[in-house]
Amino acid sequence: MADNDNESVIDQPEVMAPRMATIEIAGKKVDVPEGITVVKAMWYAGMDVVRGVGCLGGFCGACATYYRTKDDPKVRTCLACQMAVQDGMSFTMMPPFPARKATYELQKLQDPKQDLFNLYPEAPLCRNCNACTEACPQKIDVREGVWKAVFGDFKSVSEMFMDCVMCGMCTPVCIADIAPNLVALYVSRAQGAHFSEKPVGLDVRIKEIQDGQYNEEWDKVLKMSEKELAEHCATVK
Amino acid sequence: MDIHALQQIVHKTRDARRQQTIPKFAPAERDQLIHKYHPDFRASAYRPIKFGPNEGDKTVVELATLLEGDSSIQDHADLTAHYTCDVLVIGGGGAGCAAALHAHGAGAKTILATKLRLGDSNSVMAQGGMQISVAPEDSPVTHFIDTLKGGHMENDHALLKTMVEDGPSIAKWLLELGVLFDRQADGNLHVKKGGGSSKPRLLTCSDYTGLEIMRVLKDEVINQKIQLLEFAAAIELLSDEAGNCTGAIFKDLDNQRHVVVAAKCVILATGGIGRLHIQGFPTSNHYGATGDGLCLSYRMGAKLAHIDTFQYHPSGAVYPEQLIGQLVTEGIRSEGGHLVNATGERFVNELDTRDVVSSSIIRECEEGRGIRTMSGRVGVWLDTPLLDAEHGPGTVEKHFPAMMLQFERFGIDISKDPVLIYPTLHYQNGGVKIDTNSETNVKNLFVAGEASGGLHGRNRLMGNSLLDLMVYGKRSGLTAASRVASMKQGQLTLKHLQRFRAEAKKHGNVSGVISPMILPAYTRKVN
Repeated sequence: MADNDNESVIDQPEVMAPRMATIEIAGKKVDVPEGITVVKAMWYAGMDVVRGVGCLGGFCGACATYYRTKDDPKVRTCLACQMAVQDGMSFTMMPPFPARKATYELQKLQDPKQDLFNLYPEAPLCRNCNACTEACPQKIDVREGVWKAVFGDFKSVSEMFMDCVMCGMCTPVCIADIAPNLVALYVSRAQGAHFSEKPVGLDVRIKEIQDGQYNEEWDKVLKMSEKELAEHCATVK
Repeated sequence: MDIHALQQIVHKTRDARRQQTIPKFAPAERDQLIHKYHPDFRASAYRPIKFGPNEGDKTVVELATLLEGDSSIQDHADLTAHYTCDVLVIGGGGAGCAAALHAHGAGAKTILATKLRLGDSNSVMAQGGMQISVAPEDSPVTHFIDTLKGGHMENDHALLKTMVEDGPSIAKWLLELGVLFDRQADGNLHVKKGGGSSKPRLLTCSDYTGLEIMRVLKDEVINQKIQLLEFAAAIELLSDEAGNCTGAIFKDLDNQRHVVVAAKCVILATGGIGRLHIQGFPTSNHYGATGDGLCLSYRMGAKLAHIDTFQYHPSGAVYPEQLIGQLVTEGIRSEGGHLVNATGERFVNELDTRDVVSSSIIRECEEGRGIRTMSGRVGVWLDTPLLDAEHGPGTVEKHFPAMMLQFERFGIDISKDPVLIYPTLHYQNGGVKIDTNSETNVKNLFVAGEASGGLHGRNRLMGNSLLDLMVYGKRSGLTAASRVASMKQGQLTLKHLQRFRAEAKKHGNVSGVISPMILPAYTRKVN
């Protein structure tokens, strides 16, 4: 192994020539190693982070963050656990935004496509500014999704928003006070509960279990000695 | 060396590897491999627990120290209740939400407390899917057998039978709540084959299964107006004179105050231990996975099971550095992705159980057939572009959008280039011992989900965790709710803690730590 050391090692710029980056966290300048994630930069700077960290894997949406790169006027969004810092970057975490979530008894809805307008009356007021789409760190075409929801194409919305981590960054930017992620969540649940086919095979299996169709096999398996059970297991491939 | 140059061997050997079949290990070979390379068998990482319900049992040093740790609550703390409820659920992941929804649905006054936000959990990250025997050629008995094999025959039979039999009705419940499982053309549930399973049995929502389930459950918890205590970390349980559980004390992480909750039943759904970084491993787990529930219930006298065994998921990212430890879903291997060493060879049947695959990766790396990074890590390739070669262009993008996006952020296109992986600390196979109602040996103390133990034996099968969460979340919630109507709220005392402290003193108060840990100490000390 020793003789091919140099050949089999992956180059990493951050290791070859480690550099410190000067960044701004909520307006305060700090020096951190370039390339670490935004969350790690806060830890490196000695900040305790409780609100704003969740799964650390890019799925829970707890770490919604606004950032700007050097000399660029454009403020962008990211998930702090999934974004590497670079020199001159400036960022701040998004505080919990007080969006209104409608509450509903999903199964009791009679006409979910019409009910959308009672639950979220602001949904059809979209003024097409596209800020929500630009704000989405998951690259969802949010604006298109809101329109599809309004026009009753629930299926498309449910597919488009499968990537949604509910970070809520689409909400503060909306000039019509729509919370697109919450609208899409309602629409997706309605699609699942009201407009998807019932899987027949599942009901068959539930009934088989209720009717005790597997009881005989269970009796056989559960009465086996350890050795018999191990042998039986070996036959299942 | 440039990463692309090192990846060439994977591209060059792809066609030849596609002709190959790698047989699974025979039982004897498999045991030998695991004993030699699996981290569970590194004796120096283990020590016996000095006192308490599992006195003398071995576990990893990191956990033993926490279990023997002291409480932050003083003997004469004020125990006046700030909140009173029937059922107190501690934990806001899959098991906690399922427990709260069922307890509430059965009429119990329910509080759900969690130390981060509702839903911040490992559940939300589950990508691979949920095992439920819905296919005609499959059965609950086959699911049972597969799981038993995966768990090295040490699974609790009653817990396992209950889980596989409850599975299909759980799928129905989730569908009624609007969960969008992938479908076949005929409307039936689409099933994928998972590692260690003899039949296709994984229900999926593309590679966002956990996220989709959690979005829905969280939404439903809010719709049902279940009372939430967020950023409230459980730091001690409460007991009555008889030693039954009667509530818990929390620390409000926003203002550091203590909050006392009186409850007739308590359900702990606090998840796993990845953030203890056992044996120095990186982890796929969420920020709060610090084993709090284990410490709390151990002090109450609850017995733990299988706490000497942990799951190291075979495919944790090794490169880029920012993604260290994060999961590369097993789905890639389910769809035929190869594991390839530095010499361009496959070395294990990729669909063998997680402990076997992890052990074989560690073997390759320890024997010098790994690929190293400059920051001192080592791994093997997972041939992701093979999926597009095998099933047509666009396959990776269509089936693994979450993973595509995760790597794309760092300029890596996994449909074109293989990814470097090494086992990552993923799951606590054992936990607090429970019965089929999810109750511990401490009356009115329930544990559900990853914090519980026995069901998975010594190695959890892929896709069984999401089902475990739902089945035992539901059972704990329903059992607790059925009991509270005929019960009076017990006294709030710290008798159990006094007993525990007396024991600790007898053994010299050696731990020297306060537990639970609550959150890992990642903040750099700046002088």
